[in-house]
Amino acid sequence: MAEHILLRHRDIPDLHKLDVYLQHGGYEAFKKVVTTMTPQQVIDEVKASGLRGRGGAGFPTGLKWGFLSKDFPRYVTANSDESEPGTFKDREILEKNPHQFFEGVMICAFAAQANVAYNYMRGEFWDIAMRLDKVLAELRERGFLGKNLFGANYSLDIHNHLGAGAYICGEESALLESIEGKLGQPRLKPPFPADKGLYNKPTIVNNTETLTNVPMIIARGAAWYKTMGTEKSPGPKVFCLSGHVKNPGNYELPLGATFRHLIYELGGGPPSGLKVKAILTAGASSTVLTGGDDILDTPMDYESVAAKGGALGSASIIVLDESVDMAWLTLKTSRFFKHESCGKCTPCREGTYWMLNILERLNRHEAKKADVDLLNNVASQIAGKCLCPLGEFSVAPVLSSLKQFRADFDGHAKDAKKPAPAAARPAARPAPKAKEAAPAAD
Amino acid sequence: MLAEKYRSEIETLLAKYPPEQKRSAVMPLLYLAQKEYGYVTEAAMAEVGELCGISPTQVAGVVGFYTLYHDHRGGQRYVQICTDLPCALRGAEKFAEVLCQNLGVKMGETTQDGEFTVEEVMCLAGCDKAPMFQVQDVDGIHYHESESPEKPMTVAQALAILEGYKRKK
Repeated sequence: MAEHILLRHRDIPDLHKLDVYLQHGGYEAFKKVVTTMTPQQVIDEVKASGLRGRGGAGFPTGLKWGFLSKDFPRYVTANSDESEPGTFKDREILEKNPHQFFEGVMICAFAAQANVAYNYMRGEFWDIAMRLDKVLAELRERGFLGKNLFGANYSLDIHNHLGAGAYICGEESALLESIEGKLGQPRLKPPFPADKGLYNKPTIVNNTETLTNVPMIIARGAAWYKTMGTEKSPGPKVFCLSGHVKNPGNYELPLGATFRHLIYELGGGPPSGLKVKAILTAGASSTVLTGGDDILDTPMDYESVAAKGGALGSASIIVLDESVDMAWLTLKTSRFFKHESCGKCTPCREGTYWMLNILERLNRHEAKKADVDLLNNVASQIAGKCLCPLGEFSVAPVLSSLKQFRADFDGHAKDAKKPAPAAARPAARPAPKAKEAAPAAD
Repeated sequence: MLAEKYRSEIETLLAKYPPEQKRSAVMPLLYLAQKEYGYVTEAAMAEVGELCGISPTQVAGVVGFYTLYHDHRGGQRYVQICTDLPCALRGAEKFAEVLCQNLGVKMGETTQDGEFTVEEVMCLAGCDKAPMFQVQDVDGIHYHESESPEKPMTVAQALAILEGYKRKK
């Protein structure tokens, strides 16, 4: 892509500074909606752009904005909780291109006719939050936040709210509970946040990257936006590339670019020279896809990845080369979900515990082949029975790995016919030792 | 007492939320309590509860739920190393092991001089800069990451960073 739309700071130095942002058309889109458009016109434009939620679900953004019930006051909440393993895109936006993000929040708030918006960040983004508090203070000082903006009858303020280390707060209703000062546990839906959200009032919760798309859609129009990406998945997307690649990092590409392009042409492929064994597309929450040509040539958009049995999710592409043992991989993902389960619903709380228990025993060669069947059984019983997606996410890597790489699991069983494979984890990268710079990625 | 010492900070915090929703300030108030007392003491839970109109038990629930609040005294600061999947694929488990050896602790323990409690943590959104860790002290949370994939952080560099924290005190 010649021009960055979301990671514009890569083209424009110091874009995080207000004056630089203003020099490049900053806050013109917000001014335009407040002074010349109705909320419905804004919603219609976003609908027409085909923008879909970038946090994972891919839900059409304009449609979400149009669902608000008639009650007031209303709230807008940006979801900057970014905690999915392998996801680090919102962080780059918040650090380097915060004004475009905040302008997106403002336009969304105007569309919702909300006068207060919150930016919920994971607690670990402490240093970013300190900087963004200053950004918001400057915006108030310079008249981009406050009462009667641009002389119009519209007022808005935005506040940062820091979480304190809980993956589940990325789930929208848990996020709202957390802002309300409660445990971050998901609510039973319906009612959805559009009807009863923050403080029981109509609320829009959008991902940070999603909102960062909005100013450009307003400034340049929905028709321009649809020239990027595919028909059903238009626009640019930030792909987070990590794991076994030479060049990990964020890559902004149109939706529909192939895995091969990202992993090999941009990422440089596995440094080991080994083939790609498997790909996680949505961080730890992924249905594992194999690294075959069929998958590598698949376009990375919501429909194409779903057609292969996976989900694009937040587009957190974790690459695994052939040295990776899937019994170890699922131990890591299960450890994550067991730790992050909020404990509210039984299938998730108990199920993630037992999946981890079996996988720990299996990885220590203390389990039998029958335990691999038990793992399959436990995972299958969690699926479809949880209050929120976390429990469903926890079984996706386990069930898909069992289906496609069963031998990796059976090989660890103490009653396995063949001896257990020597490598119980990825082929050792040279460990960085004290006083010695050992390359980790080669 | 928080209410006297941090009067203006507390007013600013409460003003972010609707007047009848003081409870929303519980999380920022808990960070303030940690800053003042080093960890969230029982007395602090009562103070925070009073400031935002909920019971000490409700405050304790929040403290227990979120991993960045501590209800007992640990080291002067927490060294939290990411060993989650993407970092582990780039050598973070070994990095954590060697760092612990150099500090003379097992994972989860506090160094003998009481300076650092070392913990493994889940993904910190620094996957392309592995290995990486964060340091949490009373003033906040700071990231320390590898310069680039070609220049991953060494244990020696990590130890030097930690020495810097000791001097800062």
